[in-house]
Amino acid sequence: MTETSLSNQDVQPAEEVALKVRNLDFYYGNFKGLNNVSLDIARHRVTAFIGPSGCGKSTLLRTFNRMYDLYPGQRAVGEILFNGRNLLDRKQDVNLVRAKIGMVFQKPTPFPMTIYENIAFGIRLYERLSTSEMNDRVEWALRKAALWDEVKSKLQQSGLSLSGGQQQRLCIARAVAVRPEIVLLDEPTSALDPISTAKIEELVDELKSEYTIAIVTHNMQQAARISDYTAFMYLGDLVEFGVTDQLFIKPQKKQTEDYITGRFG
Amino acid sequence: MDAAKTINQIASLVPDVSEPVDIHAAPTKAFRRQDMIFHRITLLFALLVLAGLFGILASLAVEAIPAILEFGPSFFWSNIWSVPDDRFGARIAIYGTLVTSVIALLIAVPVSFGIALFLTETCPTWLRRPLGTAIELLAGVPSIIYGIWGLFIFAPLFSEYVQPQLQKALGGVPLLGELFSGPPIGVGILAAGIVLSLMVIPFVASVMRDVFETVPPVLKESAYGVGCTTWEVVWNIVLPYTRVGVIGGIMLGLGRALGETMAVTFVIGNANRIATSLYAPGNSIASVLANEFGEAAPGLHISSLFALGLALFVITFVVLAVSRWLIRRGTAKQGI
Repeated sequence: MTETSLSNQDVQPAEEVALKVRNLDFYYGNFKGLNNVSLDIARHRVTAFIGPSGCGKSTLLRTFNRMYDLYPGQRAVGEILFNGRNLLDRKQDVNLVRAKIGMVFQKPTPFPMTIYENIAFGIRLYERLSTSEMNDRVEWALRKAALWDEVKSKLQQSGLSLSGGQQQRLCIARAVAVRPEIVLLDEPTSALDPISTAKIEELVDELKSEYTIAIVTHNMQQAARISDYTAFMYLGDLVEFGVTDQLFIKPQKKQTEDYITGRFG
Repeated sequence: MDAAKTINQIASLVPDVSEPVDIHAAPTKAFRRQDMIFHRITLLFALLVLAGLFGILASLAVEAIPAILEFGPSFFWSNIWSVPDDRFGARIAIYGTLVTSVIALLIAVPVSFGIALFLTETCPTWLRRPLGTAIELLAGVPSIIYGIWGLFIFAPLFSEYVQPQLQKALGGVPLLGELFSGPPIGVGILAAGIVLSLMVIPFVASVMRDVFETVPPVLKESAYGVGCTTWEVVWNIVLPYTRVGVIGGIMLGLGRALGETMAVTFVIGNANRIATSLYAPGNSIASVLANEFGEAAPGLHISSLFALGLALFVITFVVLAVSRWLIRRGTAKQGI
């Protein structure tokens, strides 16, 4: 493998590309949040986004499922190719995109309904399943999120009755249940204790065999532990992108080195 | 030396702490007495409100005693209201009050829900403020204005263009048709209900908007994140999350509809009977009071009016208390 010959945006030639970002600019009103970002997200791999607060990593993640659409004044210019189509295209069905590209947020956000309904709700939006099929699917999703054993006896209780770590895994199960192709994780462990964090990290490692995962994290050790590719961002620019081990052991850019050795940020 | 001088200057600015200052010393005592007087006076003002509330309740009850002694508790469900015979019962008025209020809510709740939903979810930012303000201004229009508008403009149009058509469309339906039978004269229970709904909408809509805004954006984002449309987010996430507050807002509107006097008196038709048809004129507690106090002879008639007032007081008090309680629970729940 000739990893060093990779340009700053490509994944290794052997990988399939799930999401191709090209020349992406992002604006909050007049403020430019992202500058000409281009990179590839490899299929069935974990791609981590690191960088100091306000560097644009969450902004980038939120363009992948057009979450910014909810807020007037925010807009993205450029290309994000997903299955050969530009996600940023006005004609693109946003709800369909979001079903295919799921998202888990920083704070656990269980819906105000039962644990069972939290999972079944998203599925019902797009599929018509019989009760037994639905039961199977809910169990499948909860098992995927390593939560089934903890909640199987209380599926009819409110999702809010779970602990923070369990709620976050419920949110992951909810995202997985609709069978997306890509799962976006926006600092999924920053509100959790170390044990819950470890569980979620294990989970990410298991999920990548079936899903493409993009994760934003403040924790560099976490990025190093769980990701295959890492992107370092600073002030809206993609400074460096590459195979995680390479980026952490032998960063190409001075800024990256300063950040991962803790000299700023 | 300059430096030494400066240091001395700075030192002189620092208060001398070598002698401990007794912070509980004499001057603070005067302050404390002032504080106490201030506290007592404000407490007195606050107690005035309570005294007013209980004073009104007590005087209503005292004045109502003769009627309740004469007719017994059956006063509250007897449907006779006859001034010449000196026989009085509250059923007609209570019925009118409740039915007009229910009609008002049946119309106001869906409309207010739509308004609140538009304002919080789909309204362009530049329109949000002016529209919100307009709705709040609507709440400030004096009720007498709704009354004359209802009597002179709404009722004639209603009897000419709406009532006949409604009768034609629904008259043949069993049971439901009964509600829309009779001459379309404009004024009546239904007209009163509709005018009331207009008065209630601003209240219900602004409370609904406020509770909808308490939903954490990230919760809505996660619902959009699994592919929900705006409607699905509102129906499945926002509404369950704010259910209690929404009910509180509706009750607040109900409280207002129950006690509304001038507008209802103008358009309800003022007839002391209960008819199946909503087109028929009727009476509400507030309209009976407004119409009859002027010429009521002292004795049973006046006392019966006071008893009616007591009934209205109790009904609205309960409705408002429940709504306050629900709204408080609704807003306390917002931290997820």
